[in-house]
Amino acid sequence: MYQHSLSFLSKALQEKTCSSVELAKIYLNRIHKLDYKLNSFITVLDEDQILKAAQKADAKRAEGKHTPLTGIPIAHKDIFCTKDIKTSCASKMLDNFIAPYDATVVTKLKKAGMVLLGKTNMDEFAMGSSNETSYYGPVKNPWNLKTIPGGSSGGSAAAIAARLVPATTGTDTGGSIRQPAAMCGLTGIKPTYGRVSRYGMIAFASSLDQAGPMAQSAEDCALLLQAMAGMDTKDSTSMDKAVPDYHASISHNLHGVRIGLPKEFFAAGLDAAVQKKIEEAIEALKKLGASFKEISLPTTNLSLPVYYIIAPAECSSNLARFDGVRFGYRCNEPKNLNDLYKRSRSEAFGAEVQRRILIGTYVLSSGYYDAYYIKAQKIRRLIAEDFKKAFTEVDVILSPTTPSTAFKLNEKITDPVSMYLSDIYTLCANLAGLPALSMPAGLVNDLPVGVQLIGNYFTEAKLLNVAHQYQRITDWHKLIPTEFQ
Amino acid sequence: MMKWETVIGLEVHVQLATKTKIFSGAATTYGAAPNTQVCAIDLGLPGVLPVLNEKAVEMAVKFGLSVQAEILSNSIFARKNYFYPDLPKGYQTSQHERPIVLGGSLEIPLEGEANKKIRITRAHLEEDAGKSLHEDFHGLSGIDLNRAGVPLLEIVSEPDMRSAKEAVSYLKTLHTLVKYLEICDGNMQEGSFRCDANISIRRLGETTLGTRAEIKNVNSFRFVEKAINFEIERQIDILESGGTVIQETRLYDSEKDETRSMRSKESANDYRYFPDPDLLPVAIEPEFIQKIKNTLPELPQEKCARFEAEFGLSPYDAAVLSNSKELAHYFEETLKFCHYKEPKLIANWIMGDLLGALNKNNLTLEKSPVSSLQMSGLMQKIIDKTISGKIAKTVFEAMWLGEGDAISIITNKGLQQITDTGAIESIIDKILLDNPSQVAEYKAGKDRLFGFFVGQAMKLTKGTANPEQLNDLLRSKLS
Repeated sequence: MYQHSLSFLSKALQEKTCSSVELAKIYLNRIHKLDYKLNSFITVLDEDQILKAAQKADAKRAEGKHTPLTGIPIAHKDIFCTKDIKTSCASKMLDNFIAPYDATVVTKLKKAGMVLLGKTNMDEFAMGSSNETSYYGPVKNPWNLKTIPGGSSGGSAAAIAARLVPATTGTDTGGSIRQPAAMCGLTGIKPTYGRVSRYGMIAFASSLDQAGPMAQSAEDCALLLQAMAGMDTKDSTSMDKAVPDYHASISHNLHGVRIGLPKEFFAAGLDAAVQKKIEEAIEALKKLGASFKEISLPTTNLSLPVYYIIAPAECSSNLARFDGVRFGYRCNEPKNLNDLYKRSRSEAFGAEVQRRILIGTYVLSSGYYDAYYIKAQKIRRLIAEDFKKAFTEVDVILSPTTPSTAFKLNEKITDPVSMYLSDIYTLCANLAGLPALSMPAGLVNDLPVGVQLIGNYFTEAKLLNVAHQYQRITDWHKLIPTEFQ
Repeated sequence: MMKWETVIGLEVHVQLATKTKIFSGAATTYGAAPNTQVCAIDLGLPGVLPVLNEKAVEMAVKFGLSVQAEILSNSIFARKNYFYPDLPKGYQTSQHERPIVLGGSLEIPLEGEANKKIRITRAHLEEDAGKSLHEDFHGLSGIDLNRAGVPLLEIVSEPDMRSAKEAVSYLKTLHTLVKYLEICDGNMQEGSFRCDANISIRRLGETTLGTRAEIKNVNSFRFVEKAINFEIERQIDILESGGTVIQETRLYDSEKDETRSMRSKESANDYRYFPDPDLLPVAIEPEFIQKIKNTLPELPQEKCARFEAEFGLSPYDAAVLSNSKELAHYFEETLKFCHYKEPKLIANWIMGDLLGALNKNNLTLEKSPVSSLQMSGLMQKIIDKTISGKIAKTVFEAMWLGEGDAISIITNKGLQQITDTGAIESIIDKILLDNPSQVAEYKAGKDRLFGFFVGQAMKLTKGTANPEQLNDLLRSKLS
């Protein structure tokens, strides 16, 4: 059963060819047997606790009070607060933190009847592109254990790729759902900013953070996003906009769908073998009736510098609450207040987190604020304008998700700029607040390649539709790494 | 001697009287046990988000409209970043570049001078911080976050005041206004109305501002006056001895009556303000402003002017009576029950006897044992001459002690004024008969004895003889 997609399992539960308890046991067993190779989980729940939830889900199905997700196992990225279950954000700072509340996403998926197996590993505070900054150690890519799974939602991606769980949640601030999805051969979607509540999701960069689902297929993601999306009165930035029926819209054909290819995304820096796979995907989509045209997003080449001003600026403020006073890590025997702050934060934050706090503090400082933060915000608006213009000509924009396939562990961890370049194609969607998806498009040297689809605001249904139609005629999303078959 | 001019600008933190906090649903009640009025949002736990309390916005708009300010249609919350143990998030959510209220002015009364207009720079919404408690923790500090997230309206004036007296008048006028608007309980001991004063000195006639010192958190009108006067002297002393004033923040010590340096400009925080990405701009529609406008009460100055014009009160009486909404209401109710007769008499009674008794017993008007209806009963008895003003004081005392309404007290105690000429005459006759020697002395020219006869008559009638009639009749009998 473990090989199957969430959609398949949902049907199986519906047809009673398996039970939720059986599914929970199968996946839990795989986690216990295989995750030592990957390190994709930070916390695995007790079997009793899991089985109790699975039994409840089976009972709900028996009563007919279920959703398509009832009884399906899931794991949450350890950035989502879970009541009475440790939420670490992969940081020493929160190694002892247990939230007294559930994130809205957690509540919604719980209500939909999903069975929580555990919390997945990630880059510390979601800052990283390789899952190497975690306090709990790096996650390995199931396709090649010497390579990284991508980040920051690396644990969420690796766990699905290894079929330790059929679905996970992720968060995406600059590509943290799409980049690991691409590198692990999965489908993942970052919704429009404001589509999914951020309440209870530990903030990295508030104006960029969005939660989204990760799974094998676009169809799986449609079912998950259906349950996750919607206005939340606890999040002032969530949008009061009706959630369409995502699953119903994935079956539309692609005749007349106009897809744009931004020339800036197919330029120097893109691996030739990756480019070839993207071109094959374009051919497949043409066969399905989509039309293609070259477009230009001239300002997007500034995404990287803009992102590395805005995200650290917000993070420097968001992470100020981790001060050793009320919760989380506190240094031993602080001599005075400043010592308490300095040592608690220096001892508990990793190098990448400290680097970004320092950058953020710098760009917000008086005398530098206008030159960095204000200018970055202006360029951010120009980037959004580029997309606005593009979407008058096309319905969807297609590009590679990453410039290359997964790189080796330790290859880039000491070279932040080269690491940051790994997100070069994904950052702009966060800066503009647009929805974007990554779907698998083949293998290069046995490592997955991802295609990115960017849509206009609140057109998640269109992205899922295009991806689903593509997945109807391709099998890349069904591939399982040999070691985990 | 050099002539110096003082320049004062005030920043007043008004705690808004909302039931819940500005960004969370936790209660704002004062005086609860530490950390009992906090939720995850006030604690700054990871992942939680602020949601703006619309009541706080309404109150800010109400204030803005009452000072003829501009209400910004999209004010913005920003984060003011600094570390302090009682600041849970490591930043205070405040408004920086785009405050909700911009401009406006307040007219302040000055003794013996014309009113003065003080310009308001801005008023912005922000959250309060918690409290650090340094006692009872054996060398450690305790943190109480009950106050964290309580909504504040920070009202910033232009440097338009020229003396401590003007500053105090501005504060009192503002204090009255926010209580009138019912946006603040005005309780200064509990910190609901706090003031920071920016003070600088310059040579008379100069137009540029001198270097200022900021005095933090002075929590009574009296201390504001003392702190400012101390600071003025300190700065003039420095300048006259050839020194320069440094820009710094100072604390007022009320026990020693002095200000002390707290931190200099150099050691001031760089707050790294930036717009709070967790909160959208505060969108205010013209309809919303109109709705608030319709709920605005008559403002103190409007009321004061009306009391003068409509009831012929002196400016002083009108100002005292309109100074508190409750007192003005009491006065108007009493007056109404008296069919708008004798407003001056009523004003005198309320300002004199009633306020005097309240002060003496340390009571607020709401707790007054004499209601406006009862007061009007007493006034009517004076107006229709049932009792004299002097007897009325006795009746008032009895009313204060809860002995009933004026009418029953007068009846029960037989205090009704004797106005029957025959009755008064027979009393006079009796007195003159009983005191022949005094009559003789009076007739011999000892005028002072007139008072003796009046006193005797009042004694016999327990003060109920109509004084004018008594005087007239006595005089004619003695002549």
